[in-house]
Amino acid sequence: MFEEIGITQEGDLMINVGPQHPATHGVLHLVLTLNGEIIKKVDPHLGYIHRSIEKMCESLSYRQFIYVTSRMDYLSAHINNHACALCVEKGLKVEVPLRAQYIRVIMDELTRIASHELWWSAMSMDLGAFTPYFLAFRERERINEIMEETCGARLTMNYMVPGGVMTDLHPDFQKKVKEFIQQYKLRIHEYKELITGNVIFQNRMKGVGYLSMEDAISYGCTGPVARASGVKSDIRKIAPYDVYDKVDFNEVIEKGGDCFTRYQVRIHEMNESIRIIEQLIDNIPEGEIQAKTKAVLKLPKGEFYQRVETARGELGVYIVSEGAAQPYRIKFRSPGFSNLCALDHMVRGSKIGDFIATMGTLDLVIPDIDR
Amino acid sequence: MLSLEGISNFIHEWLNGHLNATLALLAEFVIVGVAAIGLFAVLGLGLVWMERKVAALMQIRMGPNRIGPKGIFQTSADTVKLIMKEALTPENADKILFNMAPFVVIIVAMLILVPIAFARNFQIWDINIGVLYVTSVSSLSVIGILMAGWSSGNKYSLLGAMRSGAQIVSYELSAGLSVLSIIVLTGSLKISDIVASQEDGWWIFKGHIPAIIAFVIFIIAATAETNRAPFDLAEAESELTAGFHTEYGGMKFALFFLSEYINIFIVCAIGATLFLGGWMPFHIGHWAAFNHIMDYIPSSFWFFGKTIFLIFLIMWFRWTFPRLRVDQLLNLEWKYLFPISMFNLLLMTLVAIMGWHF
Amino acid sequence: MFLKDYFSDVYHATKSLLTGMKLTGYYFTHPKEIITEEYPDNRKTLVMAERFRGEVVMPHDANNEHTCTGCSSCEIACPNGSIKIISKFNISPEGKKKKAIDQHIYRLDMCTMCGLCVEACPTDAIKMANTFEHSVFDRNNLIKRLNKPGSKIREGVEE
Repeated sequence: MFEEIGITQEGDLMINVGPQHPATHGVLHLVLTLNGEIIKKVDPHLGYIHRSIEKMCESLSYRQFIYVTSRMDYLSAHINNHACALCVEKGLKVEVPLRAQYIRVIMDELTRIASHELWWSAMSMDLGAFTPYFLAFRERERINEIMEETCGARLTMNYMVPGGVMTDLHPDFQKKVKEFIQQYKLRIHEYKELITGNVIFQNRMKGVGYLSMEDAISYGCTGPVARASGVKSDIRKIAPYDVYDKVDFNEVIEKGGDCFTRYQVRIHEMNESIRIIEQLIDNIPEGEIQAKTKAVLKLPKGEFYQRVETARGELGVYIVSEGAAQPYRIKFRSPGFSNLCALDHMVRGSKIGDFIATMGTLDLVIPDIDR
Repeated sequence: MLSLEGISNFIHEWLNGHLNATLALLAEFVIVGVAAIGLFAVLGLGLVWMERKVAALMQIRMGPNRIGPKGIFQTSADTVKLIMKEALTPENADKILFNMAPFVVIIVAMLILVPIAFARNFQIWDINIGVLYVTSVSSLSVIGILMAGWSSGNKYSLLGAMRSGAQIVSYELSAGLSVLSIIVLTGSLKISDIVASQEDGWWIFKGHIPAIIAFVIFIIAATAETNRAPFDLAEAESELTAGFHTEYGGMKFALFFLSEYINIFIVCAIGATLFLGGWMPFHIGHWAAFNHIMDYIPSSFWFFGKTIFLIFLIMWFRWTFPRLRVDQLLNLEWKYLFPISMFNLLLMTLVAIMGWHF
Repeated sequence: MFLKDYFSDVYHATKSLLTGMKLTGYYFTHPKEIITEEYPDNRKTLVMAERFRGEVVMPHDANNEHTCTGCSSCEIACPNGSIKIISKFNISPEGKKKKAIDQHIYRLDMCTMCGLCVEACPTDAIKMANTFEHSVFDRNNLIKRLNKPGSKIREGVEE
C-alpha cells in the first residue's frame, strides 16, 4: 500500500506545498519530508517568479529603473523606491530638501503600517480565522486612498525620484492622515479582542518555531524576525537616513524567539510607526520638493551601497557604475531570502500546523525573494 | 386544518379510503421519500445562502445580492455550475470506493432524519429508542469520510481523512454523554416522550446548572463532529488544500458539501429537541394563560426557529475563531470535555434523584 | 492546586472566546458598518482622485489645438517603449523646414502608468487622466493615437 503513494524507503512521505497553494504568499514551492505528522526537512525551490529585474535595470537610466523596483516587494513599494533614490543621490552627492525628507519618511511609515496590516490579515487567514482579513483591509483601504490622492497610484507608487519626490502633497493630505490615525486608534483594540487575546490563537503560536539569537545572526535574518530573537537590527537606528535621527521612537526588541513574539513585535511596530507619523505630520517645513539635477543623470565611476529598513527587514541596493548614463550592475540584497533560509531550521520536528503558523509569521513576499 | 399534522392525517385517510392497505402503505413510503429528498434540497440551498449572508455581515461586507432579491437564487446558480463541471476520477483511485463515498455520506444523513419530530405528531417513525438510533447511525458517517480519503489515491486526502476519523470518533463520546444527561431527566429514549416532558418548560431552564453545562459541551462536540471550524482541519483550505474531498469535482463534491450542511441541521435539530423543547412552545411552569397564548404560534415554527438559532450559533463560531491543531483538538476532548461531561452526568444524576430540578 | 489551575484555564479560555464572539456579533447586528462600494451600480456618483494615473491623454482645446512639438522627450523617457513619435516636416511660409508631430502612438497595453513621460515633457502637452475602465474586446484598440486628426500645434509654443 505504501509504495503506491510514493513514500521513500525509510517510510517518509514527501509532499509538495505549492507553487499554487493558498498559504504560501506567492509562488513558493516547498518540498516537505514528513514522518506521519512530524516534519523532518523543508526544501524550498525558488525561481517561479524570477523576472530578471537586476538585468533589466542594466538597460534603463538612473531615473527609469526606480519604477521596476516597486514591483519587487510590492507591499513596501515606497520603501524600495526610497532605497534606490537614496543610492543614486549618494553617487551624485546631491542634498535632498528638508520638505522632501519629511514627506518621504511619512510615506514610508504609512507603507509600513499597510504592509503589517496585510501581513496580519493573511496570517490569520492561514490559521483559519477569516474575519480579520476584512477588518485589516478596511484600515489599509484608508492608506491606499491617501496614496491615491497624493501619488496617483495605490500599490506601485513610483513617487520618489533622485533628488526628492515627484509632486507636492495634495492639500487634503494632513487632514486625511490625521483622520486615519484617529480611526486606527479606535480600532486597534479589535485586533486584540479578536486574535491576540484568543486562547486558540495563543496555543497555536506560543512555543512554536523557535529561533535563537545565534541562529538568527548566522542565517542573516533581519527585520522583525531577528528583533524577536533579541538582535538589534533596525537600520533606522543603526544607520539613520533622511529624518529618522530627528524623531523619537523605540526599537522593538523582544527575547522570546517564537512565533508569538514575532507577532507581538510587528503589532508594536505598527504603534511605533503611528508615533513617528504623529511627530512629523504637523511639522512639515515649506520648501522645495525636488533638488535640481541634470536632465540625464550620470553617476561617477565607483560602487555605492545603501540600506534601508523595509517592512520585512533590511533591503540593500548596490550600484556599480562605470561612469555611463546606465548602471553597469545593480544588486539587491533582499530580506525575504535570508529569512526563508531560517525556515528549515525552525520547523524541524514540528507538525504541519506549526509549519503554517511559522511561515505566516516570517512574512514572506515571494517576488522579493525571486526578484 | 393547516398544520403539518392535519395535512399528513388527510393524506393518510385519503389513501386508505381509495386503495387497499398495502398499496396505501407503499404510496406513503414513496411520498415520504420524495418529501425527505425535497427537504434536503431546500435545506441545502437555504443553509448555504444563510451561511454566506451571515459570513458577509460579520465581515462588514454584503453577501450575494445580485441573483434574485437579496441573492436567494445564488445557490441554485452554484448548483447548476456544479452539475456542468467535469467530475474526474483520478487514475490511481479505487474506482468503486471513490464513486460510492459521497453516497454513503448522504444516505447516512437521510437515515438520521427519521426519528426527528418536526411538528406535533409529525414524525416519520417514532421508535422507542429514538435517541440511541440517532447517535449510533451518525457514527456511520466516519466510514464515508475514510472511504473518500483513502480511495482518492492522494497523500493529502489520506492525511485529511485520518485526522478527521480520529476527531469524529473522539468527540462522539462527549456528545453522547451530554445527551445522556438529559435522558436521565426524562427517563425515556423516545423522542415524543422527551418533547412531551418539556411541556412545563424547556430542559435547559428546568435542569439549571447541569443542563447548561451539558448544552455547552453538546454544542462544542457537535461542531467538532460535523467538521466545522474551528475544528475543520480535515478540510483546512490553507493546510492541505481541501483535505479528504480534494479529488472530487462536480456533482460528487456537491453531495459532500450538501451533506455537511444537512449534518449541521440534524445535530442542531437534536440539540433543539433535547435542550430547547423541540416543537414545544415556550411555556413557563403552570401559568395557563401565558402558555395558551404561546400555543397560538404553530409548532413547526417553534421547531425550525430553534434549529435555525442553533445553526446561527455554529456559524458564529466558524467566522470568529482560528483553527485548532490536531493534537490540541484531541487534547481538548480527552483532557477537558470528556472529564467535565462525565462529572456533569454524575451531577445530573444526583439532581434527578434528589428532585432538585424544576 | 492542579484543580485550581484547571478551572482558571477553562475560565480564561471561555472569557477570551466570548470576547471574540462579542465583536463579530456587534458587526453582525450593525449593518451600517458595511464598507462595500457597490461598483457597477454606483458609477454615476463615483469620484476618482484627480491625480490617479489611469492613462496618458493629450488635451486639445476648443480649436482642436495641442502643444506637442514632436521633440520625442517622452519617447526617450519611457522605460519600456510604450510611446512612439512619428514626426513630419512642415514647410512654413518663409520656406523653412520645421519639425512637427504627425502621429503620437501610445500603447496602452504596454504602459505601466509610471508618469515619467508626463514629467519629461517640456511643453506640458500630455497628462495623466483618471479613467480606469480600459477593457476592450479587440487588442488592437489598445494602441491609441493621442493627437486627434486635423489638429495642429498652438501658436507661440516654444520648443
